[in-house]
Amino acid sequence: MAQPVAVERQKWWGGGRSPFNVEYGKLMMWYFLMSDAFTFGAFLISYGTIRFSQNFWPDPNVVFNAFPGAGHANLPLAFVSLMTFILIISSVTMVLAVHAGHHGDKKGVVKWMAWTIVGGLAFLSCQAWEWTHMITAEHAVLTNGQLDVIGQTVRVNPWGVDVHGPAIAEALAKTPHEGLVKLAHIDHHEMSFAQLGAMSDAQLRGMININDLHVREAGPVAFGGFFYGITGFHGFHVFSGVIINIIMLIMAQQGVFERRGHYLMIEKAGLYWHFVDLVWVFVFLCFYLI
Amino acid sequence: MEQHTASEITYHHEPSGDTRRIWRTTIILSVLTLIELGLGFLMYFTEFPHWIDLFLKGIIVILTLAKAFYIVSIFMHLGDEIRNLIMTIFVPLMLFIWFIAAFLWDGNSYRTLKNRYDPYYKETTSEKKTNTADTTTHLK
Repeated sequence: MAQPVAVERQKWWGGGRSPFNVEYGKLMMWYFLMSDAFTFGAFLISYGTIRFSQNFWPDPNVVFNAFPGAGHANLPLAFVSLMTFILIISSVTMVLAVHAGHHGDKKGVVKWMAWTIVGGLAFLSCQAWEWTHMITAEHAVLTNGQLDVIGQTVRVNPWGVDVHGPAIAEALAKTPHEGLVKLAHIDHHEMSFAQLGAMSDAQLRGMININDLHVREAGPVAFGGFFYGITGFHGFHVFSGVIINIIMLIMAQQGVFERRGHYLMIEKAGLYWHFVDLVWVFVFLCFYLI
Repeated sequence: MEQHTASEITYHHEPSGDTRRIWRTTIILSVLTLIELGLGFLMYFTEFPHWIDLFLKGIIVILTLAKAFYIVSIFMHLGDEIRNLIMTIFVPLMLFIWFIAAFLWDGNSYRTLKNRYDPYYKETTSEKKTNTADTTTHLK
C-alpha cells in the first residue's frame, strides 16, 4: 500500500479527490459506525454508572452459569465463551469474503458470505436460548419477609445477597399460597401449577425441601433493563447484519458486483459486521468478565 | 458509479496475495480471549483481596482494548488506510476517556454520599461483593 509522499500531502485537501482516500460510501459507513460506537458506549457507561452507585451488584459468574443441555450444572462463562468464539469465527469468514472480493473471486465471496450468515444465525440462536433461560428460570427470593419465585426480567432481579439460616424457615411460614405453589414447582416439575394449586398449604410446605433451597434477596432492579437493553440492541445489530449479509450474498450470487467491476459493497457490509463483533467484545467485557 | 469511485481514490491498495495475516489475527484474538477467560476463572475460583481483583480486571480491560485494536486495524483494514482517515475516526473516539471517567466518578460519588448520610442504607445493602469504602473523604 502506497503511503503519500511529502509533495502529495499538500494536495489532500485541495479538492477533486477524497482527502481520506476512500470511496464516499465507505467513508460514511465509517462515520456511521463511529456514531454507533458512541451509542453503545453511552449505554455501557450508564450501566457502569449505575453499577458504581450500588453497594451490591450481582456476580456475573453466578448470573451466567448455565449451558444448554447441562441442566443445573454450574458452568460460569462457558456459554458466553461459545457465543464469543462464534462471533470471532464469523468475523474471520467475513474478512475472507472481503479478501475473495479483492481478487474478484465470486465463488469465494459467496462461500464465505454464506458461512458468515451461518455464524450470525448461530449467535442469535444462542442469545435466544440465553434470554429464554434467564426469563423462565425459577429462583427463590426473600422479599418483605416472604418467599417468592422469580426469573430475571426487567422488573425483578433474583441475584441479591445470599440468605442463610432460620430466616428462610420463618419466611416460608409467612409465604402465601401462590408463593408456596411456585416454590413446590421448582422441585416438582412433573406436576402442573393447577395440580399444585389444589393442594393445601401444609401439603405444599411439606413438599418444599428447605435445606436444598437456595434463597437470595432481590437484587438491583436496574440489572435486567441494562442487560436486556444492551444485549438486545446488540442482537438487533446482529440481526440486521445477517439481513444485510443475505442481501449481499444474493447480489454477489446474481453477479451484480462482478458486472460493477468491484466488491466494495462487500467491504462496507464487512465493516458493519466487524463492528458488531467489536461491540460484542465490549459487551462481553462489561457484563460477563468484570 | 465506477467513474465516481475511481476519481475519488488517489492510491489503490494492492490486494494482499494470501490470507496468512487473517489467520494470524484470528489466532491472536482467540488467545487473548482465552487469557481473559482464564483470568475470569481465576477470579471466580480464588478469593483475592479487593485490589488484586481490580488489578486483574484492569488486565482484562487492556486485553479487550488489544482485541479491539486487532479487529479494527486488521479485520476492518483501518491500519491500511491513510493517516487522514485513521485520525478522523480515532480522534473523536478520544471523547470516551472523559466520558468513562466522568460517569463512573459520578456513580461512585452517588454511592459514597448515600452511604455517608444514610447509614441504614449502607447497613442493609452492603455485602463484601463491592468496595463500600468512603473514597471521597477529602470532600467532607
